[in-house]
Amino acid sequence: MAKVTIDGHMIEVPDGTTILQAARMIGGDVVPPAMCYYSKLKTSGGYCRTCLVKVTKGSEKDPRPMPKPVASCRTPVMDGMEVQNKTAPDLLEARAGVVEFLLINHPLDCPICDQAGECSLQDLAYEHGLSRTRYEFSRRTFQKIDIGEKIKLHMTRCILCYRCVKVAEQITDGRVHGVLNRGDVSEISTYISQAVDNDFSGNMIDVCPVGALTDRTFRFKSRVWNVNPVDAHRDCPTCSGRVMLWMKGAEVFRVTARKDEYAEVLDTPDGKPGWICNTCRFDKKETKDWIVDGPSKIDRHSVISQNHYVLQEPAHKPLLNAVQAVPTSWQLENKK
Amino acid sequence: MQSLSNRSKVVVKKDLTFMERIYLPAIFGGMLITIKHFFKKKVTLNYPEVTREYAAVYRGKHVLKRDENGAERCTACGLCAVSCPAEAITMVAAERKTGEEKLYREEKYASTYEINMLRCIFCGLCEEACPKEAIFLTDVLVPTSFERGEFIYGKTELVEPLDKRVDISIRQTQAVLDFKTNKQLTHNRI
Repeated sequence: MAKVTIDGHMIEVPDGTTILQAARMIGGDVVPPAMCYYSKLKTSGGYCRTCLVKVTKGSEKDPRPMPKPVASCRTPVMDGMEVQNKTAPDLLEARAGVVEFLLINHPLDCPICDQAGECSLQDLAYEHGLSRTRYEFSRRTFQKIDIGEKIKLHMTRCILCYRCVKVAEQITDGRVHGVLNRGDVSEISTYISQAVDNDFSGNMIDVCPVGALTDRTFRFKSRVWNVNPVDAHRDCPTCSGRVMLWMKGAEVFRVTARKDEYAEVLDTPDGKPGWICNTCRFDKKETKDWIVDGPSKIDRHSVISQNHYVLQEPAHKPLLNAVQAVPTSWQLENKK
Repeated sequence: MQSLSNRSKVVVKKDLTFMERIYLPAIFGGMLITIKHFFKKKVTLNYPEVTREYAAVYRGKHVLKRDENGAERCTACGLCAVSCPAEAITMVAAERKTGEEKLYREEKYASTYEINMLRCIFCGLCEEACPKEAIFLTDVLVPTSFERGEFIYGKTELVEPLDKRVDISIRQTQAVLDFKTNKQLTHNRI
């Protein structure tokens, strides 16, 4: 076990935990943002550098600070380590620089992009970025490709986080797409124009932090804040079958996996990964296919909860959790 | 009885004086005020022959602007609808097909765009929220009607006609004009 202090919050975590995971165990403001790291995908992280943190004390044995900011998703904690995230102004400046780099080639087409409203880069840029640019050259542009029958690749928006590549490698059998070329000209592609048609390939859309991979069945259908997210499930032979339906009235506009507060796919209660298959995602677009569990909880600061009071996370969440944690038998006795 | 609030006044009915009893001075005083108004500037207008001049920033009927090439600027981003406090705006987006580049500026456009003028409170927040300088309020009044359906304005009523462009240049604030000339903000335009 190692004791680590992040922004003044101390936590004891098992050895080998990364700083980012330790911060997520604390939760709240101390969690650094992450664009490429995805806890459900092995070997993810280390590309985008938005999760930079400042290590002011290396460990108990060697208390020297680390010479420069480190990527918290790839740095394991040491006993007695002290980390600064939000409390270090120079670090926030460094992160703003990273955001500026990410936005060099990213187009500013949020009014058109389907991801707007649930986009990690949009949130990140809003929190750290500037509205001005110092970049004077033209941006790299690509043609839009239908990378699969139901998936659209808009390479211009890609920030090369490699999450979709990891999904294809670890969730589906046989990866047919990847990152071609190097450096400035690298791009996601299928090389020989081969369609991505694996049954779990739709999860690439869920892991994409930007609007590079989008659902063709939902393309331009509605803005995400105009549809109501509803938790639903069905008895699916191939996947967990636990999804979020995005509905308007009785019409299902889109089906996605359930997401947690870090926009990662939520595990099922029995600990299995919550990835959903393409049949659930693209083909089951009718209310009668699903058993609705109730409205999804959306962070009340999100634009998706705009005008939907029922979706908003209650303000006293810790209190409610404490109430729900009380054994049901006790509650029943008290009701009597 | 003692007053509870100390605000009540005791009414005293005094007898009228001689001057008050003959009424004539009061009548002439009143007539004087009436006659004075004959020579003052009129506050009313003979509408509709004469119309009042509107302020440059009067908020009346909306217009969906076209760009300098005549393509519709609106990209159906939905920001006007989400900012609308009266929830008067609805839209359906569609994808631009090849060959329609002259009709629509962006790859996505509003195939349906409706404003319910009965719900609209003409606050101008849609104009403020629009990232594409597509929607503006004008100094045109929304006419009355006996039918509710006629107040739902679609694209036929809202999009500016090609041969009758609406000039909104006077409505652009200094902040917008500065934004357009700032070189560091060029990435904000497409």
